[in-house]
Amino acid sequence: MSDNSYKLHFDIDGEDFSVAGEASSNIKKVLGKLGVPPAVVRKVAVATYEGEINMVIHADGGTIDVEITPECVKILLKDKGPGIASIEQAMQEGYSTATEEVRNLGFGAGMGLPNMQKYTDYMNVDSVLGVGTTIEMHVNIK
Amino acid sequence: MSDIFHSVTLDKEKCHGCTNCIKRCPTQAIRVRDGKAKIIKERCIDCGECIRVCPYHAKKAITDKIDILKNYKYNIALPAPTFYGQFPKLTDINSLLNALKKVGFDDVFEVAYAAQIITNETRKMLDNMQIEKPVISSACPTVVKLICARFPSLIDHILPVISPMNLAARLARKVAAEHTGLPDSDIGVFFITPCAAKATCAKIPIGAAKSYINGTFSIKDMYLKVLPYLNSKESCEELARADFDGVCWAVSGGEARGLATENYIAVDGIHNVIEVMEAIEDGKMEDIDFVEGLACVGGCVGGPLNVENNFVAKGRIKKLSSTFTKKATIPDSVDVSWDIPLEHNTAMNLDDDMIVAMQKMEQMSKIHDSLPKLDCGSCGSPSCKTLSEDIVRGFAKETDCIFKLREKISELAQEMMNMDKH
Repeated sequence: MSDNSYKLHFDIDGEDFSVAGEASSNIKKVLGKLGVPPAVVRKVAVATYEGEINMVIHADGGTIDVEITPECVKILLKDKGPGIASIEQAMQEGYSTATEEVRNLGFGAGMGLPNMQKYTDYMNVDSVLGVGTTIEMHVNIK
Repeated sequence: MSDIFHSVTLDKEKCHGCTNCIKRCPTQAIRVRDGKAKIIKERCIDCGECIRVCPYHAKKAITDKIDILKNYKYNIALPAPTFYGQFPKLTDINSLLNALKKVGFDDVFEVAYAAQIITNETRKMLDNMQIEKPVISSACPTVVKLICARFPSLIDHILPVISPMNLAARLARKVAAEHTGLPDSDIGVFFITPCAAKATCAKIPIGAAKSYINGTFSIKDMYLKVLPYLNSKESCEELARADFDGVCWAVSGGEARGLATENYIAVDGIHNVIEVMEAIEDGKMEDIDFVEGLACVGGCVGGPLNVENNFVAKGRIKKLSSTFTKKATIPDSVDVSWDIPLEHNTAMNLDDDMIVAMQKMEQMSKIHDSLPKLDCGSCGSPSCKTLSEDIVRGFAKETDCIFKLREKISELAQEMMNMDKH
């Protein structure tokens, strides 16, 4: 532990839909044990779950890093996927590039990024086509 | 009475100190210490999983003995709807309710009937109140306690209505006082319970400051008592008030089917309920109106204090549906709302100070890295993770792990050998 912060790291497997959500579940447990207020835990849960699912659907996995301080929960999502062609479009509710197959599973409703935005206090999306996407999100505790 | 009370208890004589219960506990509330199971009372949510899995029957629920009826001048039995599913040849609910009177009660008031009143009020609440969607049923006390301890962000989703048994007790008490003219203290109201969780709620209700119940009997204790009087040829007094809409609360989906929505899910079994709560927390169920979660498999028919196999009992409840000839008369505008709000149970938190909690978490993950991660339970904690947490909390030490102990011993042996060589 350094400077009053606690860090978590997760590698997300892109192959397996059935374990998607495990990282967000673990993050929730840790936040709960640390005494982070339930409303904050909820926001982090929704945002990281969406991010995790996005990685599995679009990017063949990636990594999630979480840094918790008494003031803020910072989440960094990194993948080496295809990148987002138009961030502006991706931020619109209902817009999705998910395949028919994925939609049939009940995902790909085009609510991923908009929901992440909605549940966080700060979000920045960095994406380069063919290289990957990095998303930073903050949820304030105080 | 202390705020922390639970009805699951241990018979020390019978406990072998095995790992069955610690492994199944959904809130990691049991440890084996000094060869015996120990329940951490702040964490127990009375789900009864340990009662079910203990091969030595060392886990029990605290209920009352029938002698307690002597303390009151007028006694009323409140049978849970689940009680009706225990008897193979029951075709007339009235004969069962009459049998209860022959056991020694002066009157019987069906919890199933109170459940129908709750359904009626819930429908209005769902239309008029702003409750976060999906609304989560408050019928199962274990599920409510699970949410308060493990999913506190969902507390605002819980339907704020009192339990059918507490409502039944309140109504029955009022009727009895009017009918007998006795003071309230002479009236005894007793719930016949399928589970430990409801036995706890009879003492400390959820959402209500006052319990109207004086005691509880387990279904299995009451089963043998009513058996001789069942289906007797004597004429039956008309005691049944409920219809199938109330009786079906005994099985999973029974409460939800009475609400004016098809957009609900009904989940049963504590570990399944946990999965659904995770999903709600992740925002996966915002399009669902109502979630009925019951801790026992099959619903209350799966309660640990029942006699009959839960699937058989479920079939019987279903068969009873054809025996009702008229609809229940349900009074309107009954107050079923909570008078005290739910509180977040922080027993799972590592520390009140977040910085200290983070330091403890860091220590925990270091200890966990050094443990074998076999989750064997031999240390008395359910998993290597919980052992590392117990060590950090000061309740256990590293050498409680038999693998760590073995390492230590071989190190010591090595040191001694080295000493010998000098």
